[in-house]
Amino acid sequence: MTALRIDRAIGLHLAVVAALFALQFILPEYHHVNLARIMVLATFALGYNLLLGYTGLLSLGHAMFFAAGLYGAGLTMQHLGWPLHLAFLMGILSGATLSALVGLLALRTSGVSFMIVTLMFAQAGYLATFLFSDYTRGDEGFVLQQAVRHLDFLGLSLDLTQPTNRYFSALALFSVCLFVSLWLIRAPAGRVLVSIRENEERSQMLGYDPFRYKLLSLVVSGCFAGAAGAAYGILFGYVGATFASIQYSIFPLLWVLLGGAGTLLGPLLGTLLMFYLVDAASSVTSAHLLVVGVTLVLLILWFPKGLLGTLREKAVPWLP
Amino acid sequence: MGFGPYLTLAFLEGAVAAAVLALMALGLSLVFGVMRIVNVAHGEFFMLGAVLAWWFGSLVTGHPAIGFLIALVGSPLIVGGMAAVADRLVLKRLNYNPEATIVATIGLLYIIQQLALTFYGPDARPVLAPIDFRIRLPWFGYSGYKLVVIGASIAVMSFVWLLLTRTKIGLIMRATQYDSETALAFGIRVDRVYTGVFALGAMLAAVAAVLIVPIRQAHYLMGLDPLLLSFIVVIIGGLGSLRGTVVAAVIIGVSDGVISVFFSPTLAKILATLFVALVLVYRPSGLFGERAR
Repeated sequence: MTALRIDRAIGLHLAVVAALFALQFILPEYHHVNLARIMVLATFALGYNLLLGYTGLLSLGHAMFFAAGLYGAGLTMQHLGWPLHLAFLMGILSGATLSALVGLLALRTSGVSFMIVTLMFAQAGYLATFLFSDYTRGDEGFVLQQAVRHLDFLGLSLDLTQPTNRYFSALALFSVCLFVSLWLIRAPAGRVLVSIRENEERSQMLGYDPFRYKLLSLVVSGCFAGAAGAAYGILFGYVGATFASIQYSIFPLLWVLLGGAGTLLGPLLGTLLMFYLVDAASSVTSAHLLVVGVTLVLLILWFPKGLLGTLREKAVPWLP
Repeated sequence: MGFGPYLTLAFLEGAVAAAVLALMALGLSLVFGVMRIVNVAHGEFFMLGAVLAWWFGSLVTGHPAIGFLIALVGSPLIVGGMAAVADRLVLKRLNYNPEATIVATIGLLYIIQQLALTFYGPDARPVLAPIDFRIRLPWFGYSGYKLVVIGASIAVMSFVWLLLTRTKIGLIMRATQYDSETALAFGIRVDRVYTGVFALGAMLAAVAAVLIVPIRQAHYLMGLDPLLLSFIVVIIGGLGSLRGTVVAAVIIGVSDGVISVFFSPTLAKILATLFVALVLVYRPSGLFGERAR
């Protein structure tokens, strides 16, 4: 039974990745670009979900990790002329380092205090992008030129501004992070994370050190956010302070809650639905913030488990 | 102008900021103290208060003081009413679960912000001060209205303090804060107390906004900065401690005023934000807070 369950779950995720792969051949251009964007943002949400859904920590400051990746890659490419793959690694490293630092401090608190501390750190990060506006150009941001958004690595030469290559890169990033998540939540460490979510005192009593596991979860989450941020900058060519603002800490929360916290495919579904919901709303009215707000309130009132969480409860108990 | 006058000016500006900040943070602190929830939409109640003040002002022709006085009464009443409705419709259904409440109030934040943008527009609009005289100091003239703001803020805070310590309503609120279950067992309608406190907190934010709007203009995005500052104040003052909140508001308002005059305001904000995060990590009960029960 166990073997069958594992196969079914892996099969489902492979099928999703295959579907995303196939979609690019049939999608019209507009949706093609959108989907690439959604996959990068869903990677961000995947990382957020590891923290919220599997560890039970609600952060209000994830924009700083996304922005760390964005600026880590963008600034090194723009000002130091680093090649793309190094800049991308730098982005991940920035996200990981920042999340480790923030985690060492913020994880001493829990619940509401943790939310506020992360919010405060993120706000400091947001303001820092203005403080160093000589390099970051603050709110206005800067554009990465087409020439530098070119991957030359191991004999590979790819122009990442070209739609197909961009789509593939986004898909590759998302798939890697999806399967890393799947592996992590099934590994013993992932089980400990869930036990911390369910009852922190009890898992401590069983001999696990909650602080270390929470830090692990936060750093992995920070890596995903950093990778997503770096990829976003590289693939779409724009680096700006908006991505460090509170709004970008709220978005992953919204996506994860919509799709279902604690489900692996929830972040993708949530990002996809919210993206097109806002997109559809903006073609009717300019009031897209209203959509965000109303969705948040409705979700927390009636669907605190999100779409896939509710589905798992009602029909498909094996959904990871 | 020498250093002394500069410092005086900085202190005056800081005192005005502190007066408004104290009112707003008092509302946040009251809500946190009694209900144990963090209201992220508090800044939007402040913004609504300011926008309504502009609206009342534009309705009334004649002396600006008339519109101002109407706004001073009407704007908090409307905002308080909206807060009460939000409490009944949303927060009560969540059983005031702290984390769910934060998410829900973030949702409220976006809803209120969008409504303001749709009905009020993206422009910043000025409101005329109700009185127009300048106090002549030896080095510079100073707007008399700003002193009125300080006085009004002190008056409102005294009123809240009297309400809490000298009336039956205050007694009921304090009983609920101390132990809501026992209060319920003694026949106190805890849910009504919660609605009332939530509305009162929002009304304090609205009063603060009506007072400040003749100095700063009304804008639909004006809520965020005061919200973060109020967080800072409430945390430094000790979560739920009203006295600490007022003391912290004065310290932070004045030092923010002084620092912004002499240093880069961005750096000042970054340092203040980091400082608060560290206070929350190492002194969770705040610098002046009583030990948590």
